[in-house]
Amino acid sequence: MNPFSSGTRLRDMIKAIRACKTAAEERAVVRKECAAIRSSISENDQDYSHRNIAKLMFIHMLGYPTHFGQMECLKLIASAGFPEKRIGYLGLMLLLDERQEVLMLVTNSLKQDLGHTNQYIVGLALCALGNICSAEMARDLAPEVERLLLTRDPNIKKKAALCSIRIIRKVPDLAENFSSPATSLLKEKHHGVLIAGVQLCTDLCKVSEDASNHLRKNCTEGLVRILKDICNSPYAPEYDIAGITDPFLHIRVLRLLRMLGHGDADTSEYINDILAQVASKTESNKNAGNAILYECVETIMGIEATSGLRVLAINILGRFLSNRDNNIRYVALNMLMKAISVDSQAVQRHRTTILECVKDSDASIRKRALELVFLLVNDTNAKPLTKELIDYLEVSDQDFKGDLTSKICSIIEKFSQEKKWYIDQMVKVLSLAGNYVKDNVWHALIVAISNAPDLQGYSVRSLYKAFQLSSEQVSLVQVTIWCIGEYGEMLVNNVGVLQVEEPMTVTESDAVDVLESCLTHHSTDITTQSMCLIALLKLSSRFPPSSGRVKEIITTHIGSVVLELQQRAIEFNSIIQRHQNIKSSLVERMPVLDESTFISKRAGSSQANISTEKSNQQLPSGASLKLSNGVAKPAASPLVDLLDLSLDDTPVPTSTSNDFLHDLLDVGLTNSSSSGVASASGTDILMDLLSIGTPVQSNTTPENGSSIKAKPNTATVQVVDLLDGLASNGSHPGAQSPVHPSITAYQSSTLKITFSFTKQPDKPQVTQIHATFMNLSSEAYTDFIFQAAVPKFIQLHLDPANSNHLPASGNGRITQTFTITNTQHGQKPLAMRIRIAYKVSNQERLEQGQINNFPPGL
Amino acid sequence: MGIRFVLLVNKQGQTRLAQYYAEHLTLDERRALEGEIVRKCLARTEQQCSFVEHRNYKIVYRRYASLFFLVGVDNDEQMEYTYCGSFTHGRSKQFSSVIAYVAMGAVVDVIAYVNELAILEFIHLFVETMDRHFGNVCELDIMFHLEKAHFMLEEMVMNGCIVETSKSNILAPIQLMEKAS
Repeated sequence: MNPFSSGTRLRDMIKAIRACKTAAEERAVVRKECAAIRSSISENDQDYSHRNIAKLMFIHMLGYPTHFGQMECLKLIASAGFPEKRIGYLGLMLLLDERQEVLMLVTNSLKQDLGHTNQYIVGLALCALGNICSAEMARDLAPEVERLLLTRDPNIKKKAALCSIRIIRKVPDLAENFSSPATSLLKEKHHGVLIAGVQLCTDLCKVSEDASNHLRKNCTEGLVRILKDICNSPYAPEYDIAGITDPFLHIRVLRLLRMLGHGDADTSEYINDILAQVASKTESNKNAGNAILYECVETIMGIEATSGLRVLAINILGRFLSNRDNNIRYVALNMLMKAISVDSQAVQRHRTTILECVKDSDASIRKRALELVFLLVNDTNAKPLTKELIDYLEVSDQDFKGDLTSKICSIIEKFSQEKKWYIDQMVKVLSLAGNYVKDNVWHALIVAISNAPDLQGYSVRSLYKAFQLSSEQVSLVQVTIWCIGEYGEMLVNNVGVLQVEEPMTVTESDAVDVLESCLTHHSTDITTQSMCLIALLKLSSRFPPSSGRVKEIITTHIGSVVLELQQRAIEFNSIIQRHQNIKSSLVERMPVLDESTFISKRAGSSQANISTEKSNQQLPSGASLKLSNGVAKPAASPLVDLLDLSLDDTPVPTSTSNDFLHDLLDVGLTNSSSSGVASASGTDILMDLLSIGTPVQSNTTPENGSSIKAKPNTATVQVVDLLDGLASNGSHPGAQSPVHPSITAYQSSTLKITFSFTKQPDKPQVTQIHATFMNLSSEAYTDFIFQAAVPKFIQLHLDPANSNHLPASGNGRITQTFTITNTQHGQKPLAMRIRIAYKVSNQERLEQGQINNFPPGL
Repeated sequence: MGIRFVLLVNKQGQTRLAQYYAEHLTLDERRALEGEIVRKCLARTEQQCSFVEHRNYKIVYRRYASLFFLVGVDNDEQMEYTYCGSFTHGRSKQFSSVIAYVAMGAVVDVIAYVNELAILEFIHLFVETMDRHFGNVCELDIMFHLEKAHFMLEEMVMNGCIVETSKSNILAPIQLMEKAS
């Protein structure tokens, strides 16, 4: 015998591995063992093969490669004895998966074992097949499994049923073969067979509508009887868990009943009674009982239940929610989220409890509760809920703040009816958790402030106050800097004081102090520092007395090691020193940032949607940011993004004169007069020096700088957020063509599908798709059916097609329109799977595909 | 029921049993996943609930002395493709097809979730079964009889679905085999 051969027993190997002090030692032991196993395998050492596989399993579990043992498993499976087969199959299931080609070799052994006389060997083969079979094996072995479904032995039946599930999932076409044997399984008494049979039926319902209709007709009664039997059965020691007979079977049956009753009034009515019985009789003091109640509630919500039953279900959830056990509360929150669509009023009643759960110490519960609260918010309760959440933000865990902040921000944006409230809440969030606020959120705040001339003074003052208290929150600092730069004189002169405000005195040098402290603070990043510099430049013109000091501060950065800062400092310095004559117009206040453009950009479309006059008017009702515009904006003249100087985009037809000017500052300075409006007034467009996302518009008349005077601007620039780094092209509102190019969604040798897209500018999430089907083969298709599937975050609505007959060789087309709503527009791209069924000379054909080439921004 | 994996981990975070269902992970991916999950679950206190969401899994776990039993199931929110029927030609059929569409669309919704409490109960059943076989089961029993633990699991779960819930039915083939050898 080989001296290396697997003399060590499994137990000894495990002991050796456990004795290892370091990972390196462990690796050494495993290497040695693997070497021994390899040599034992190559010597064809039959006596130890069992032990070798057991060792390999352990080594595999520790995460070491064990591929060399795969063939050994196959050998063991092919041997005659049960113990060898047993370990061989186990090794097969652990060490292999369906991607490996070795698996093909096992098909024959499996086929033999499926026909074996020993029931345990058949069971092994079924189990292995059920765990790892590939589509090809499924096709080869499906007849064997079907045959085994009809045997008498319950142990074989139950495994055959579960094996069938895998086969159906791999090859859905085979489903119809299984539907009648599956029905007969439900008449069994053995619990294992029942549970497997019910699961098989559930899967059949999933893949085929015919099967679910068949089951609805033939099985509902049987299922109700099963449920009745186990509910009322006397104590059965084998299946008893905490006084309940086989909760697993309960749950499985309830789930299948849910599928059958869903959308079907007759079935729902038929199962009403038994559900009421389960819901009212099940004990709720043990986990098993709660699991059943949970499932029962889910079923009641899923079917067309009577209102009485629904009340019962909601009450159970209420009880769950007030339970002290965290597990129960977790599932209650989970369930309430689904109940909202059924009965939101009832869920609202639990609002205070749910809000308490947001503050729970358990992260899982917090997360669930927060998502639920988010769904609960509506126009009436938005204010108190936001207040609660913001109050909690102050004391919440660090790792929860990110989630919480983003949810609060979306609530504030979605439900703000008045601008002051919006600004107040945002300032609060920024000062509590500014580090967690996403860039686009504070960009939106800046856009909103710029659109509210009567609140600009108020905003800058409250930001200033907030900054004094919490100067560590990045986004608060950035917004404050921006606002001081823009509206610094309102801060100092107390312009537009609201009644609710406390009077405060801020001197010019206080304002400069803020900027200086930000600029010099050690933790400030480059973006913030750049923003400070531009704000300082602006202040030097607004506060002439302080300009000397500003110049000093800027000069200190001329030697900055950061290229960006150095460049800015030098440029600004030269503006102050040498270009006093143009300085005041250079540092004019920003033009009013166009909200609709910002919103549509933010919604993620890479090509800015054109806000026509019409959509501007629709904005208050349709857009997500419900803010009243302070400035009435007449026709907007879109402007090609100046910094994106690739002028291959269509030049703006409306601008009569478009001269781009680059001064020493790399500033794109253009003068465009909008001809879209009768009273065209020239507008100087000064793109932002800092490229921090905020272009500047200034009027040619230098004295026209105050907020009041900014109002009559007839031309508004379509402002493009540069931070997004997205090129924008403006096209004339009149010449509106489809923004997204058509695509060939699917093409095979027989069929071609093209999609073209239309979007309404005020609803970026919604896309209308016109699909055109073309037959590329030489035979006509009949009974043509197109099906589409989308991920959960997308809603799909299909309109009827204009025909179901598709003539041969592209001589005709079918068109079909559908509407897609991407609820996560801008975050996730569209994806779609399609299935096309048709008949060629009365033979059914099926084609499937996935579409990933949607144009971005849909 | 959509069980994706069953993991047994001791207090030190060492894997003691791992079984994946319909899950194609390379060795490295598996190690990484196990590490992440174990770190997340072991850090939780007794009072916190037994459910943790991680990547596209929901993990239901339960602690027995020094051993953690972790079961990964499909998380509801993962991408679940919903097939909805289209309705071709003819206005007369339009109405009925809309119903079919609504029905089919939501059916998958209804299925896509997992009963976490039932999974907890399943873990307990697994432990009790091992207890009955080994008698006061401990970590070493499972390590030294890894294949037996796997046999039991195999009798209980197939392809992520529960097959058998009766302890004696689960143990019968194993006892037969022991008698024979």
